[in-house]
Amino acid sequence: MEPADPVSAAIARAFRDERAIVLATLIRQAGDFQLAEDAVQDAFEAAVTVWRRDGVPANPGAWITTAARRRAIDRLRRDRSVADRAERLAELTRLDAQREEPLVDEESTIVDDRLRLVFTCCHPALAMPARVALTLRALGGLTTGEIARAFLVAEPTMGKRIVRAKRKIADAHIPYRVPADEELPDRLRGVLRVVYLIFNEGYAAAEGERLVREELCDEAIRLGELLCGLMADDAEVWGLSALMLLHDARRAARVDPSGRYVALDAQDRSLWDQDRIRDGLAKLEHAVRLRRPGEYQLQAAITALQIQAPDAEATDWAQIAELYGALVGLNPSPVVELNRAVAVGLAHGPAAGLELLVPLLGDPALERYQPLHAAHAELLRRAGDPAGAADAYERALALTANAVERAELERRMGALR
Amino acid sequence: MSQYLLLVYEEEVDPAVQAEREQVTPLLVELHASLREAGLLVSVQRLHSTESATSVRLHDGEAEITDGPFAVTKEVLAGYYVLECADLDEALKQAARLPMARWATIEVRPVIAPDDWLRVAREAGVDLPDEAVEDLA
Repeated sequence: MEPADPVSAAIARAFRDERAIVLATLIRQAGDFQLAEDAVQDAFEAAVTVWRRDGVPANPGAWITTAARRRAIDRLRRDRSVADRAERLAELTRLDAQREEPLVDEESTIVDDRLRLVFTCCHPALAMPARVALTLRALGGLTTGEIARAFLVAEPTMGKRIVRAKRKIADAHIPYRVPADEELPDRLRGVLRVVYLIFNEGYAAAEGERLVREELCDEAIRLGELLCGLMADDAEVWGLSALMLLHDARRAARVDPSGRYVALDAQDRSLWDQDRIRDGLAKLEHAVRLRRPGEYQLQAAITALQIQAPDAEATDWAQIAELYGALVGLNPSPVVELNRAVAVGLAHGPAAGLELLVPLLGDPALERYQPLHAAHAELLRRAGDPAGAADAYERALALTANAVERAELERRMGALR
Repeated sequence: MSQYLLLVYEEEVDPAVQAEREQVTPLLVELHASLREAGLLVSVQRLHSTESATSVRLHDGEAEITDGPFAVTKEVLAGYYVLECADLDEALKQAARLPMARWATIEVRPVIAPDDWLRVAREAGVDLPDEAVEDLA
C-alpha cells in the first residue's frame, strides 16, 4: 500500500531502497549487528519527525546514513558491553567528522558490504529458520511481525529466534566477510538454498488456506535479483533467479477464483505473467552462456520447456525427462526422482513412470511424502487401475494439511468413479 | 583473536573398535604440531572413560559425591582442545581437521574473554577491582 502524503512516501521509498545498504555498511563500521540495526531503526524513526518538519532531504540515503551513524555513536557511548568499543567509536567519529558525505560510497564497497551481510545472515552455523528470518529481516527489510505471520509462528517466538541469531553472531564471532575463494562456492550454494527456501515457503505453503504467500515469493525474487547484481559471474545465481521468476509467472493461474489448486495442464495460460516469463527466460539464457551447468539452471530449463509449449499436450516431456535425468545425476533426491518418474510417465507412458516409482514406494523414509502418493495415484489412473488409484489418493489425502490441495485431491478421486 | 573450546563427544566402544580408533594417533601428533606451530593451540587433553568419572554437588553445604558422569548419555566427553582463532570460521575449519570427527561430534563453543567476564559480573552488581581479571581467567 502506497502511503498518501509525500513524506511518508519518501520514507517508505528510502526504507525499501536504502535500508539494507546503510545497514550493511554500518554493521561493518560499528562491528555489531544488533547495534547497527537499532541505529538504523532510530534513524528512520527520526526521519519521520525531521523530514516532516524540514522537508525531505535532497539525498535521503545520505541523510539516513549520517543519522544512523550518529545514533550508533550515541549508542556505543552508552553501551559498555561492545568489546572493541574505543576503536569503533574512533572510527565512527572519524567518518562523522568528514564534512562532505561522499554522495555514493565506492560502488565496490557497497557491493562488498551487502555481500558480507548476505553471507553472515546465511552462515551455516546458524539454524536454517534463523538464517531465513535474519535474511528477510536484514536484507528484505520485513518486520519481525511480518516474518512471523509469513511463517505462521507467534511474533515473540520469531523475535526470540532473530535475537538469538544476532547474539550468536556476536558471541561466537561469526565473521562479517565474504568467504575466501576456496569456501565461496560452497557458501554461495548455502545462500541460494536460503533464498529458494523462502520462495518455496511462499509458493507452496504447506499449511493454511492460501496456497501462495505472495510477499515471500516477491521477497525471494528481489533477493535473487540482488544476488545477480552482486555475484554476476555465478551461473547458478542467474539460474535460481530464472527459476523463481518462471514459477512465479504462473502464480495467478495456480489457484482458481474459488481458491482451488489448478494443475499445470489445466491452467489458463492467458493468466501467466508474460513480463516475468520474458525476464526469467532472459536470465536463464544469461546463465547458460556462463557455461557452468547446475541444478537451478536445470530446473529453470525444465520449467521453461513447460511454459514455452503452446499447450500441455505439446509439451516436450521426453526432453524434460532427460533434464530430470541430468538433475538426478547432479543431486539425487526423492523429489527429483519423483518428478523424473512423472515426466517419463508423460513421455513414454504410465508403465514406464510406474517402474521408476517402485524404489521410491519401497523407501520407508518416503512413506509420509504426500506428493509421491498423489503422483502414484495419477499414474495408476492412467494405467487403467482405478482401484489402485483410489487407494493411493486416500494415502495422499491423509497426508495433506493444505486445504486447497486437499480439495484438488478429493476432486480427482471423485472423478475416478 | 578469540578462544574456542572444542569438545570431542564420542560413543564409548568395545576394545576392538577402540583399537581401530587409536590408529589415528600419528595423525594427531602431526596435527597438534601444526596447530602449535601456527600459534592456534592453547591446550589439548584426552580424558579417561566416564567409568572413572565422579560428580560432586553441594547439598546443604555438604559435598554429595556420586560415582559416574554428570549425565548418562550415549555420547560422552572424551577430550577437548582450546584454540586461539580469528573467528568462528577458523575454529570450525580446525574442528573439521580432527580425524575423530569421522566418528565423534565436535562441539565448538566460544570462550568468554576475561574482561567480558569481569564486565558481566560487574553489571550484575559484583564489586571487583580491574586486577581481578588476571586471576579470573
